[in-house]
Amino acid sequence: MTAPAGATIDAVVDQVDVVADQVVSLVLRRVDGQPFQPWQPGAHIDVHVGDGLVRQYSLCSSPDELDHLRIGVLHVPDSRGGSKAVHALLAGTPLTISEPRNNFPLRESRRYLFIGGGIGITPLIPMLEAAQAAGKEWTLIYGGRSRNTMAFAQQLEDQYGPDRIRIIAEDEVGRLDLDQILGMPRAHMLVYACGPGGLLGAVEERCMGWPPGTLHTERFVASTLGAAAANAPFEVELARTGATVTVPNDKTILEAVEEVGVRVLSSCRGGLCGTCETQIISGEPEHRDAVLTQEDRDAGEIMLVCVSRAAAGCPRLVLDL
Amino acid sequence: MTVITHDANVLGEDPFDTVNLLDPYPFLGRLRDAGAVSYLESTGSYAVAGYQEVYEVLTDFETYISSGGLGPRDIRKDSGWRPPSILESDPPIHTVMRRALTGVINPGTVRALREPFTPPAVELTEQLARRERFDAITDLAEKYPLRVFPDAVGIPDVGREHLLPYGNMVFNAFGPENYIFKQAFAEGDEHAAAVMRNCQRENLDDVGFGAQIWKRVEDGLITEQQATLLVRALLSAGVDTTIFGIGNTLSVLARYPEAWAQLRENPKMAKFAVDEALRLESPFQKFHRTVAVDTVLGGVHLPAGAKVMVFLGAANRDPRKWGENADDFDLNRNASGHVAFGMGLHQCVGQPIARLEMEIVLQQLLQRVATIEPDGAPVPILHNVLRGFESLPVRITAA
Repeated sequence: MTAPAGATIDAVVDQVDVVADQVVSLVLRRVDGQPFQPWQPGAHIDVHVGDGLVRQYSLCSSPDELDHLRIGVLHVPDSRGGSKAVHALLAGTPLTISEPRNNFPLRESRRYLFIGGGIGITPLIPMLEAAQAAGKEWTLIYGGRSRNTMAFAQQLEDQYGPDRIRIIAEDEVGRLDLDQILGMPRAHMLVYACGPGGLLGAVEERCMGWPPGTLHTERFVASTLGAAAANAPFEVELARTGATVTVPNDKTILEAVEEVGVRVLSSCRGGLCGTCETQIISGEPEHRDAVLTQEDRDAGEIMLVCVSRAAAGCPRLVLDL
Repeated sequence: MTVITHDANVLGEDPFDTVNLLDPYPFLGRLRDAGAVSYLESTGSYAVAGYQEVYEVLTDFETYISSGGLGPRDIRKDSGWRPPSILESDPPIHTVMRRALTGVINPGTVRALREPFTPPAVELTEQLARRERFDAITDLAEKYPLRVFPDAVGIPDVGREHLLPYGNMVFNAFGPENYIFKQAFAEGDEHAAAVMRNCQRENLDDVGFGAQIWKRVEDGLITEQQATLLVRALLSAGVDTTIFGIGNTLSVLARYPEAWAQLRENPKMAKFAVDEALRLESPFQKFHRTVAVDTVLGGVHLPAGAKVMVFLGAANRDPRKWGENADDFDLNRNASGHVAFGMGLHQCVGQPIARLEMEIVLQQLLQRVATIEPDGAPVPILHNVLRGFESLPVRITAA
């Protein structure tokens, strides 16, 4: 991944805390001492971790305190290097970041069920705060391998109490029992889930029995990354110029249109941030991003051209480019 | 906090009166104007017709339950005429069935239908475009879904003639046991038996939605009985309503020549035209919910066990939601949020299939028909809960 275009902020690592096994929490401040722009629960920032690598991390601080941002980062040994670089950062290190962006906003409802798996707890923390402040009915179910791997678990339990916060440590009580947790849909309850792909897939499957639009998820690994989907070349017609571009198997739509000189605003180029969202004029996409909601996908009007492709059997997409 | 409640406004009018069935909108306007919640003496049920209250009843599936049945009788006390469908069940029983259906009908499986669904629409509209006048209901709306949908479910050819009479029974049973109901049930046992037979695993082909539903039995998600009921639900919910949806869309467009011309210019707008027509002439007009626990809606106390009639068609024309021109067709209106497919937990699972059928037929017709206008008065169908026409004569000019 290369650094995205767009505004960046010169920040500094103000504080580093080990908050669980393999998890550090970083407090970031602006170098110029100014406050950050206001943000809503669920937001994330880009962190330029060095060597041109850019990673997205959810904010777990309070939107009420704009003098700093806090992120929690799990060290993933077999990842592509982002978390390793972040774990090497020390207090006082300058760091280039973006302003907060939000692909995981907390929508208005009467009740919430939050499900966090491991480091997926981070974007949920400001959501709990917002739900609590608004006097909503809410519960967090937080699963992890063991308590010492579960960042912020004790702190959340102390803050909100065991009625609100249910800590499910695998080594104590086994895995999350999703059939039990999601077996009985509740009226006016939205489900917000963040965690590993396996957990989110299982949550998605069970939420199919809930009202459409109930589930909101955030994935920090593109959902089909590594999936052996068969790619066929297809054509993309650019409606604004009338030009047609062939997208071969080994290129994304974004790369193919950039090669013919068309500019598309993009950032993560991995289906994670939503910057390259593009209107579909005709044709059927195969969504491979981790951003769009099921409702967005069903509507078939937008796609993320950095990862998504034409659906099997759709030889031509016409896009508003 | 004290909730101030008042009694529901008592209305002597009967929604199932012939006049109100054939032309529902004047009555629905009066019902909306009477207050948030009315009590209908004729049916012994409460009624909601404003968008806000209808939305609340549809989305609060814990207070307004479905297992009491969609008709005026409480089928928990007084068993219904058939085993309860997914539409007449609540969580957690509803949940596993809904999950199975959602897993089977999704954007991918629906997208794959565009190819097989298109040629029959081309063929039908080509034939009709050669004529100067035809009946948009009997020559088109009733023909198209029956050509494509039973194939998509994968039922045998034998017995398909029972689908329409069966659908007629299912939906009319959401109304009172009046003469319309009795007429619909005249040969009810025969129709019901034929449809149930077609829902059995051995009678379904290997690839249709029916077979996909039965696969969820092998996965252990649903029982064999639930699979049969889900295939039955697809068949009974997916034919009549789509026929009415196509017919109603054309009934609207025949009255709006500017809209037809605009659509001819830009056929991609077809899906928006369908959506707006579904808002204006909603095929599924009304059904009942049952109050589970004493509650207050729109300031009116509703006792546990009471029946509430939910008027979808009225909510979709509520001026407080849609503006003063709520009774007009407006191609540029954003009709999203309409409740023609319901809302929330029981929102129509087959919605994308219905939309696809309606869009394809309209697009093919737009390609071949330059103008379309009424050729005599449409004949509304006398039906307890569906809104549609049994005849819609139109005069056309070919493109």
